[in-house]
Amino acid sequence: MAEIAEEGGGGHKKGKKRGKKPSARIDMTPMVDLAFLLLTFFVLTSTFSKPKTMEINYPAKPEPTENVKPPEVKNGLTLILTKDRIFYYKGEFILPNDPKGRPATQLEETDFSINGLHKLLVDLNKSAIEEIKVLEEKAKRKEIQDTTFKRLVMEAKGKKEALTVLIKTDDQATYKNFIDVVDELNLAMVGKYVTVDMMPQEYELLKQKLGNQ
Amino acid sequence: MPKVSLKKPSPSLDMTPMVDLAFLLVTFFMLTASFREAEPVVIDPPGSHSDKLLPENYILVSIDASGRPFFGISNAQAKAKTLERMLQKYNVQLTEKQKKEFMKLSVFGVDIKELPRYLDMTDAERQKYKTAGVPNDSLNPQLKEWILYAAQEANAVYLEAKEAAKRKRQDFKMEKPRYAIKADQKTKYISVKKVIDTFTDIKIYRFNLITSYEGGSKKE
Repeated sequence: MAEIAEEGGGGHKKGKKRGKKPSARIDMTPMVDLAFLLLTFFVLTSTFSKPKTMEINYPAKPEPTENVKPPEVKNGLTLILTKDRIFYYKGEFILPNDPKGRPATQLEETDFSINGLHKLLVDLNKSAIEEIKVLEEKAKRKEIQDTTFKRLVMEAKGKKEALTVLIKTDDQATYKNFIDVVDELNLAMVGKYVTVDMMPQEYELLKQKLGNQ
Repeated sequence: MPKVSLKKPSPSLDMTPMVDLAFLLVTFFMLTASFREAEPVVIDPPGSHSDKLLPENYILVSIDASGRPFFGISNAQAKAKTLERMLQKYNVQLTEKQKKEFMKLSVFGVDIKELPRYLDMTDAERQKYKTAGVPNDSLNPQLKEWILYAAQEANAVYLEAKEAAKRKRQDFKMEKPRYAIKADQKTKYISVKKVIDTFTDIKIYRFNLITSYEGGSKKE
């Protein structure tokens, strides 16, 4: 394949037959072709980025013998997911005909856009977000150390005023919907979120909502 | 007036720098390339803004769009030990060749009783082979056992490596085994939940959910 290119005009100096001097130039074209072929192959096949992940914690199942009291939630939000749609209500679930006369819980709908879920979460979690912003500023100016910063952020997210979110999904919701919600929660600095099973009453409400439209 | 004779440019170009560069790049890409492992199913994970990388040492459950679970372990040593324990438990025999073949699989999704037959297939046959995923129900909780054994073995390997490094006074770099879940965008959340329940049953509560990076700036 690789031929040695000979200089054409150098042959007739004297009559003596000498061994032809091979020229120093080698035709590199095939090599270059091969090199670029390999280059293209590796560029196209290599997967540079390792997959990204999202860390998430799930609650432990309570032991049947233990009597766990539900924690007191001040700023709570329940998100109910179904296929590509998302409903929510704030605070605790109130049944119709509440003895204390509170209005029964109604589901409201939002969506996955910036003005939907994101805005809702940011509004509700304002106190924690502000606090974390102050901390970030401090960390930038090196007033607090990295580890302290992380700890303080955790604390800010864990405060009572910070938003607590319950995620409930029905059997139509997809994994993408769930990840989208968790992603939004992370962006909105919500530290306390947990996925739980839906209550039958909530399911009824959801069915009504879905049936109406 | 003297004639201005244009210099004829030589037709052969000096390609040496170009070749140098090309080979440099080839070498670079060859060394950095990490090939995507063949997977029995295509899973397209949803995007997120998380930029955390997947840890090196993980136990993975992939769930495809129809909800079938697939299982894999990244650490070869732990993988071999886990396989031995599962084979013993289900009284399945594998030849050395089949075991070698098993080590090559990144994830698999078959009943352990089908495993010998599955391992004898060629890659192309495996692609076509209809599997039901690793069985995961209360009557046949193979997925749970795989996870349980894998977790035990991976932790044992981790601790062993840590001890060995301590004895030799070397730097210890291995990461603790993590539990990764990879699911398709279209996977129903309940199928994922079923797998997560399997994990929580054996008291594993922290997961790395694999997503693809959407990029872009953080929403403000």
